[in-house]
Amino acid sequence: MSSPQPYYVPESSKLPFAMAVTMLVLIIGASTTVKPELGPFGDNSYLVLLTGFLMMWTTMFFWFSQVVKENNEGLNNNMLNNSYYYGMAWFIFSEVMFFFAFFLALGYIRMFAVPWLGGEGEKGIANMLWPGFEAHWPLMITPDQAAFPGPAEEMSLGTAYSHGGLAGVLGWIPLYNTVLLLTSSVTVHIAHIGLKNGNRKQFNLWLAITLVLGYAFVALQAYEYYEAYTHMGLTLKTGVYGTTFFMLTGFHGFHVCLGAIILTVMLIRGLKGHFSHDDQFGFEAGSWYWHFVDVVWICLVAFVYVM
Amino acid sequence: MSTIVETHDDHGHHGPAKGLTRWLYTTNHKDIGTLYLWFSFLMLFIGGAMAMVIRAELFEPGLQIVQPEFFNQMTTNHGLIMVFGVIMPAFVGLANWMIPMQIGAPDMALPRLNNLSFWLLPMAFGILISTLFMPAGGPNFGWTFYAPLSTTYAPDTVTFFIFSVHVMGASSILGSINIITTILNMRAPGMTLMKMPLFVWSWLITAYLLIAVMPVLAGTVTMMLMDIHFGTSFFDAAGGGDPVLFQHIFWFFGHPEVYIMILPAFGIVSHIIETFSRKPIFGYSSMVYALTSIAVLSFVVWAHHMFTVGMPLAGELFFMYSTMLIAIPTGVKVFNWVATMFRGSISFETPMLFAIAFVSLFTIGGFSGLMLAIVPADFQYHDTYFVVAHFHYVLVPGSLFGIIAGVYYWLPKWTGNMYDETLGKLHFWLSFFSVNLTFFPMHFVGLAGMPRRYPDYALQFADFNAIVSVGAFIFGFTQLLLLFIVIKSIRTGKKASDEVWEDTKDWGLEWTLDSPPPYHSFTVQPEVK
Repeated sequence: MSSPQPYYVPESSKLPFAMAVTMLVLIIGASTTVKPELGPFGDNSYLVLLTGFLMMWTTMFFWFSQVVKENNEGLNNNMLNNSYYYGMAWFIFSEVMFFFAFFLALGYIRMFAVPWLGGEGEKGIANMLWPGFEAHWPLMITPDQAAFPGPAEEMSLGTAYSHGGLAGVLGWIPLYNTVLLLTSSVTVHIAHIGLKNGNRKQFNLWLAITLVLGYAFVALQAYEYYEAYTHMGLTLKTGVYGTTFFMLTGFHGFHVCLGAIILTVMLIRGLKGHFSHDDQFGFEAGSWYWHFVDVVWICLVAFVYVM
Repeated sequence: MSTIVETHDDHGHHGPAKGLTRWLYTTNHKDIGTLYLWFSFLMLFIGGAMAMVIRAELFEPGLQIVQPEFFNQMTTNHGLIMVFGVIMPAFVGLANWMIPMQIGAPDMALPRLNNLSFWLLPMAFGILISTLFMPAGGPNFGWTFYAPLSTTYAPDTVTFFIFSVHVMGASSILGSINIITTILNMRAPGMTLMKMPLFVWSWLITAYLLIAVMPVLAGTVTMMLMDIHFGTSFFDAAGGGDPVLFQHIFWFFGHPEVYIMILPAFGIVSHIIETFSRKPIFGYSSMVYALTSIAVLSFVVWAHHMFTVGMPLAGELFFMYSTMLIAIPTGVKVFNWVATMFRGSISFETPMLFAIAFVSLFTIGGFSGLMLAIVPADFQYHDTYFVVAHFHYVLVPGSLFGIIAGVYYWLPKWTGNMYDETLGKLHFWLSFFSVNLTFFPMHFVGLAGMPRRYPDYALQFADFNAIVSVGAFIFGFTQLLLLFIVIKSIRTGKKASDEVWEDTKDWGLEWTLDSPPPYHSFTVQPEVK
């Protein structure tokens, strides 16, 4: 791993401090947007939040441009490149743990909280809170229907099948989303092989296909939410089924969007002629991220949609 | 040969920038380490002042100084600031200063990210502390912010609290990614994992724990945010959720967090004990294995914080036994420290005094932890001052003494100047005396049934509480002495040698550098045999 040049340490940088100030603006903007009483901005609080987001995107743009520029100038030696790989790997691990918290919550609710409220199991005495409540999953009738009216319909594979048979399964949106996302993981891999072999055409083409699949996934997911809110009576406020459904799929969808943005930038960089067979960290990081959201999706299909 | 070659001409350009912007825009691991340490020191006095308010109120029974609402804000913010604003940043500061120097690296792996990790903290704490001055008042639900106290019944400012915790979490995750990357990627040639200094090992494990659990904390506060503002029912049984779920997720973060706050101190104390016993650490590899097993076990013990909440019996038993298992690797560490000192040629400079106090007093905290691990006994101790005594014994004469020991040990290296040994010893003995005066009697009132987190108490606890308050004030003011000692050593301390202590060159790479070390630690990576 010996490298001919020193480990590049920038003399100083205004970017991180700008990002920290941005986070301050974002805290204030987000807090006052959800609770205007907290700040002096009243109904205009969302403008503070918007400013924060603009500052964030600007800072990130300059930050990433700077890193790309340094790389193109040849300032990054092998060791620094390795640092970026390590950094991305551990960042993805932190994302895994974030999702783990929500899966943990879902597991606890399904295995313990709801059955206990329904009078089952060792702590079934909780049933005395709402004596008529019965435990089911998906939870269509909540313990307190007045406070949290349950959803009218839900999204599971079993329901799709029992309502419409094979046709119901064929009309089940997550089926298509699964196909889209799994295929896109394959196409991004084909793009990667192209880059490794120095075949830029293959790289650009298959990365573009990946993006089409990715954005199609986002569109279908948005359509599913639209259906849930307008036709199925399934919202965030419909008790713990709606809560876990939207939070888990929502955070996943948000991460798919992030991954798609990252890969879009990589496509632009690819078209501009960046990357080579041994210099492709940005793309590899993006494709790692893409595979990661794919794995999360498989868990979602298993624990949210099917089981 | 060395992996990093630099021409001599470059050295002239590598000094620090001038003025305030040096600190705002710096990418240097020493500057950032210094920022972390001073930030932590400032927070120590703010969090400490809150502890003084608490102890002043509890000096005698009845309500005399503050209202119960404000008292709750004080206990909550004291805990939050000490955990997230003092202990954690101080360890990160020490990591920033020492890890590149101990592994022979020029700087941290990702210098800009390093700056961001620090500057997120003043933003988050600025917001958190400012809530105390808002009409709705600051967070008042305890540092563990159990739902529904922190959701349904929380003051409006809880939203600021939630977002500041997000930002603190981001700071910790980014900082840890940086530390782990530095350790795994930038060690000097020849420094295999099993040749790493124990402080570096302890931080490798700590950073791993942080990256694993800080996102879980972010998830927890996100769920709170959704419950409060967007009508979800994670923690509301009326919608099928469960307030106990909050406690499970919180403590899934919270227990590894407890080890995050002690493991780096283990590393520091190991170095100090070997230096001042003039013997290499006894059982280096068992120290590493003990650290690792503590980290693994920390993920399967969380529910011992909630034995009284109503868990199935199998759960109570599992968490009781898994908790007791932790005593084994911890016992290995304490044994190794004592065995290192055994027949060593010991001298008692200030860092060594703090390290020995660490070993003995942390062990007291460990033993009371074992008592709390026993389910039937815990039913009695739960939420009493016995618990307060337990975790203050592991956090104050544990983590904080570890940090202070590290500061005395490495300060001459950082500044190039010795501290005043007489004042250092005075600081130690005053701290040692008052820390025990403060926290030991808490065991007694706790066992006698005094509940924690109340501004008032029954008359029979009065005498011990008066003693505790006196101890707390002595301890609080004693730390001003530390501030004085640090400033004095920076300004007028005697020159320190490069080795600082006796024959330290063999103990670690940091002692092969000048005192103070050059701005970029190792521009040429040393070879480790």
